[in-house]
Amino acid sequence: MSNKRKAVALISGGLDSLLAAKVIQEQGVHVEGINFFTGFCVEGHTHAIRKKDKAKPKRNNALWVAEQLNMKLHIVDVIEEYKSVLLNPKHGYGANMNPCLDCKVFMVAKAKQWIEENDFDFIITGEVVGQRPMSQRKDTMPVISRESGADDLLLRPLCAKNLPETLPEHEGWVNRDELFDFSGRTRKPQMALADQYGFEDYATPAGGCCFLTDKSYSVKLVDLWKYRGSKEYELDDIMLLKVGRHIRPGGNYKLIVAREEGESRFLQGYKKGFTWLQVTSHGGPLTLVEGEITEADLPLAARLVARFSQGRDADKVSVECVRDGEVTTLDVKPMPAHEIPAEWYV
Amino acid sequence: MSKIALDLRGLLCPLPVIRVQDKIKTLQQGDELEVTCTDPGVMHDIPTWCRINGHSVLASRSSDYEFILNLQVGGSDGD
Ligand code: SF4
Repeated sequence: MSNKRKAVALISGGLDSLLAAKVIQEQGVHVEGINFFTGFCVEGHTHAIRKKDKAKPKRNNALWVAEQLNMKLHIVDVIEEYKSVLLNPKHGYGANMNPCLDCKVFMVAKAKQWIEENDFDFIITGEVVGQRPMSQRKDTMPVISRESGADDLLLRPLCAKNLPETLPEHEGWVNRDELFDFSGRTRKPQMALADQYGFEDYATPAGGCCFLTDKSYSVKLVDLWKYRGSKEYELDDIMLLKVGRHIRPGGNYKLIVAREEGESRFLQGYKKGFTWLQVTSHGGPLTLVEGEITEADLPLAARLVARFSQGRDADKVSVECVRDGEVTTLDVKPMPAHEIPAEWYV
Repeated sequence: MSKIALDLRGLLCPLPVIRVQDKIKTLQQGDELEVTCTDPGVMHDIPTWCRINGHSVLASRSSDYEFILNLQVGGSDGD
């Protein structure tokens, strides 16, 4: 029986976690990757939806990293469990709706549970002291180790020399001398290490690994909660926040207007559960209605939808509205762009 | 050896990959799984996942907006 030690690496798909896993593999440890899907991850979705993104080669970076390292990757659906992290973050939010510190604690705690269930020895992350303002500071690193319950089973190979010794180092499962002391926001040491290992074409996400760090996404999420009167959400809700123009002419409803063909096709899948509008006299995008639109709201909604159709300059545009299977056709004059109050755009 | 079909239409990556992964955990080596998806990303992501986890893609085809892959469970546990 092999007595090779086993580690699980949190893989986001970015360079840091790629390097952290590689450094430990190089020390003869068996490493497998784990990636958590919260529903807010940047990977995939917008590429799949928007036609204009189709030209760019699409790949899932976490899978790409695993393939580079010739290691298994376990992708875990944490959509339900993640809700409590997002709704009640003990340590608060970052610049937008990103609860990074609580998120890291949650993910490391899940990894801890995973190593216990799968008989692995320790956990690796690509964190670097001082790299991110909320979750990767010298004072928050111990918070993640402690609150996740991982304690000294959590090793950060890229900055281990700046931190207290962990069990894998203490026990000699890994050699501390061959770990690193990276710190701060500079990416140069990581890039040099990537060069040394011969990694090219790695992903370099700018803000963070999920939509919650995105300002306009966060604004839409807060709007959804405000008008719904509760912070409940389902996967479909958070997917729809990634698609289309969101226009809120009233507190009771919001329009989601597809911006292009790919988005229209994506929204088609939601027609069953929503009221929807479609211009029939001209070409135009599919529009879903989120919330409870009344009969009285329909003319205004139709004029807005007409504004985004090819009939925007016409005197009269026909718009079909389907509500609970009931079809109403309205002939309206498209609303001129300058008459749409800026604050209606979410 | 069994043959199983999985309807993953409407799901966006990585959810189809997760569903395949979780299904394969319940299958035996040599079993076949046919998955039908609508996210074109699966044509890239599912074969990659299969390669790193030791499973095979026997065939793949697309029609209109559907993408169908036939997979065979490999020797590793694949979880
Ligand atoms: S950016 Fe998103 S996924 Fe990454 S740590 Fe912050 S909240 Fe979590």
